[in-house]
Amino acid sequence: MLSRTAANLYWLARYMERAENLARMLDVAERTSLMPGGALADGVSDSDYNEWHSVLTASGNATGFFASHDEPTREQVIHYLALDKSNPSSIRSCIETARNNARAVRTALTADLWESLNQTWLDLIATKREEFRRGELQTFLDWVKERTLLFSGGATSTLLRGEGYRFLRLGTFVERADSSARILDVKYHILLPDDQHVGGAVDYYQWTALLRSFSASRSFYHSYRSALTAGNIAEFMILSQEMPRSLTACLAETHGLLEHLADLHGRHLECHRLAGQLYSKLRYARIDDIFEQGLHEFLTGFIAQNTRVSDEIAVAYLS
Amino acid sequence: MGASPYQPINGCFDEMVGRDGAVRDAYQAVDRWLVETDPALLEQRRREAEVLFMRIGITFAVYGEGGDPERIIPFDIVPRVIDATEWERLARGLEQRVKALNLFLCDIYADREILRAGVIDEALVLRNPAYLPEMNGFRPSGGVFTHIAGIDMVRVGDDEFYVLEDNARTPSGVSYMLEDREMMMRLFPDLMAAHDIAPVEHYPSELLGTLRSVAPKTSDRDPTVVVLTPGIYNSAYYEHTYLADRMGVELVEGQDLFVEENRVYMRTTRGPERVDVIYKRIDDPFIDPLVFNPNSALGVPGLMTALRAGNVTLANAPGAGVADDKSVYVHVPDMIKFYLGEESILKNVPTYRCGEADDYKYVMDNLGELVVKEVRGSGGYGMLVGPHSTKTEQEEYAERIMATPDEFIAQPTLALSTSPTFVDSGVAPRHVDLRPFVLTGANGVSIVPGGLTRVALREGSLVVNSSQGGGTKDTWVLVPPTGGKEAASC
Repeated sequence: MLSRTAANLYWLARYMERAENLARMLDVAERTSLMPGGALADGVSDSDYNEWHSVLTASGNATGFFASHDEPTREQVIHYLALDKSNPSSIRSCIETARNNARAVRTALTADLWESLNQTWLDLIATKREEFRRGELQTFLDWVKERTLLFSGGATSTLLRGEGYRFLRLGTFVERADSSARILDVKYHILLPDDQHVGGAVDYYQWTALLRSFSASRSFYHSYRSALTAGNIAEFMILSQEMPRSLTACLAETHGLLEHLADLHGRHLECHRLAGQLYSKLRYARIDDIFEQGLHEFLTGFIAQNTRVSDEIAVAYLS
Repeated sequence: MGASPYQPINGCFDEMVGRDGAVRDAYQAVDRWLVETDPALLEQRRREAEVLFMRIGITFAVYGEGGDPERIIPFDIVPRVIDATEWERLARGLEQRVKALNLFLCDIYADREILRAGVIDEALVLRNPAYLPEMNGFRPSGGVFTHIAGIDMVRVGDDEFYVLEDNARTPSGVSYMLEDREMMMRLFPDLMAAHDIAPVEHYPSELLGTLRSVAPKTSDRDPTVVVLTPGIYNSAYYEHTYLADRMGVELVEGQDLFVEENRVYMRTTRGPERVDVIYKRIDDPFIDPLVFNPNSALGVPGLMTALRAGNVTLANAPGAGVADDKSVYVHVPDMIKFYLGEESILKNVPTYRCGEADDYKYVMDNLGELVVKEVRGSGGYGMLVGPHSTKTEQEEYAERIMATPDEFIAQPTLALSTSPTFVDSGVAPRHVDLRPFVLTGANGVSIVPGGLTRVALREGSLVVNSSQGGGTKDTWVLVPPTGGKEAASC
């Protein structure tokens, strides 16, 4: 397979995953900002400010936003993250970039997959909307999630299980690991264990919101059958093998896909070593040790290592 | 003229209704269908086609007009039908013509016999911008310069087809021929079943066979074929992806290829892989920055050296453009006679070259009746259609001709045939042309029956180019009644 084709598939999947994660984050922010006194416990008087600012940080958009805006108001942040053409990481730009990547490698996609992506883009540019009132945002975010799920479903059920499929899935899991870690890092303060203290109302809201952003509020109860505690939630989102958005689950996929490529091509490279190392670190970690090391330090370390894996994938295959 | 409300244009040959007012044999079923089908249903089908084309992304780019850069070419739901006898004669003429073009190209880059015999003026060829001195002495694999040729034809009478223009460089439009057929099968299966239509679906495999047949003989491996595209911003990008996909070969850009020790490789996830045949959809000046345009980012440095070393085949070969130049076009019948000793089966449109004193005078005196074109122009840009122009436009154009007469040719305004077309006002006659695609490999010529029919959708317009508001139609070549279905069903 052409290196450029592999690169396009990899980035196509990363951008679709990014669009989906942005939709999830905005969804949670919208809900949290509606909760009564949601942010008072943090000692921040303006709850909107707190929530919308943290979405900017979690999605890595804070610097870009503040270069052209003063206040992270609900309207401004939503516009910047959902629709702004000048922001290369907005949902709109992500879908457009994904579709352009797909167009450049149409022959590596099935007709079903290409047509669904193209339709997503056509629908998107047909929406001339510039803002969302309360209530309207939800419809848009649901649409984004539906279209991105259709993409991953279409990829899983129609693509030939060749190299192209592996590069596409690699993009998905490298992006998802990065995004999951960033969401956790922005919220790490609410996950710090306070002995065996079961959270009050405010903690409960925050934790539920966090689980929601991973589409994991129900699966948490299925897995733990116990009350929400900070330690359990952190363990679930970082170390669970079963939760498809946990850091460990993402790395298991990345590692497996890379091993498959190594067998196919008969070469083991730096990206394989790094991914294997990172995966085994997570696979055999205990949540108590992570807390002892410092959750924030652990997460920033993870983000850096995951980025190195991505860089080495580029060196090995994509250029 | 029967129940059909369809009214041909006076003085124009109509594909469906003959001069005597009777529906021509090939169109009997289409005529019935047009009469019996509810126009609302036709309109619904037309819209369906539009949505499908847009969703599949069968689009082309229009340069410099603002608005949505990706548009679909309008698709007309009424097919254009050619009967078996008409096609058989056309096909013979096309094969003869393309054979002569290839012999001409091999000759002028080698011994130049046709120039030495004085059949064609030397300056016309050697000073032509499409003539590439870099190709002198080059012997292409299989003796083929133009592997894929698109010959633009128009019809003015029952048995009168004219060649309007040869495209020997990178003719496009074949994907529309194939997609239009797909669309008709989807929209009107019953109408298709009422005809015996020669299939076109095998074009990609014929193309692949042609390309493989001209792989360099230096290699005994199974040849690797690729399609070289300028990228997603090219107006024909969809076609490039389509052909690569249907042939099952890689679609590459210049950056994916590199040359080492005069061999061409592509960058893959497994490392470099050798390339033997390149179906190039990039114009000659951009293919190799070391030899031609040094600023080209589309090409591959060293590609020309690899070609000259015989390690790779380019289709079409660089320099093929000199055969389709509008000033060389005049001489194609002479080539046919010179190389093949035959009379040209297909007719040329009488052409006046403004560089010649007599012709110049005639053109300037008759601008109102002629079509004047730039010798190097294409895509229907920069031409003057005399009968449809204003006095001011004619005067302005005359000044341009006066400044550089060599740059212009003129032809009489042909009464292009019309074909029933579904437009806002119902089914009405619109002018059409036809571009069949002629493949030439090491084992000879093959032509898929049919081609691309382009239709000028504006009432009275003679310009069929997609960049000028033209649309396309599916083109049906009927198979001879003796073969086909009846025999098979016994």
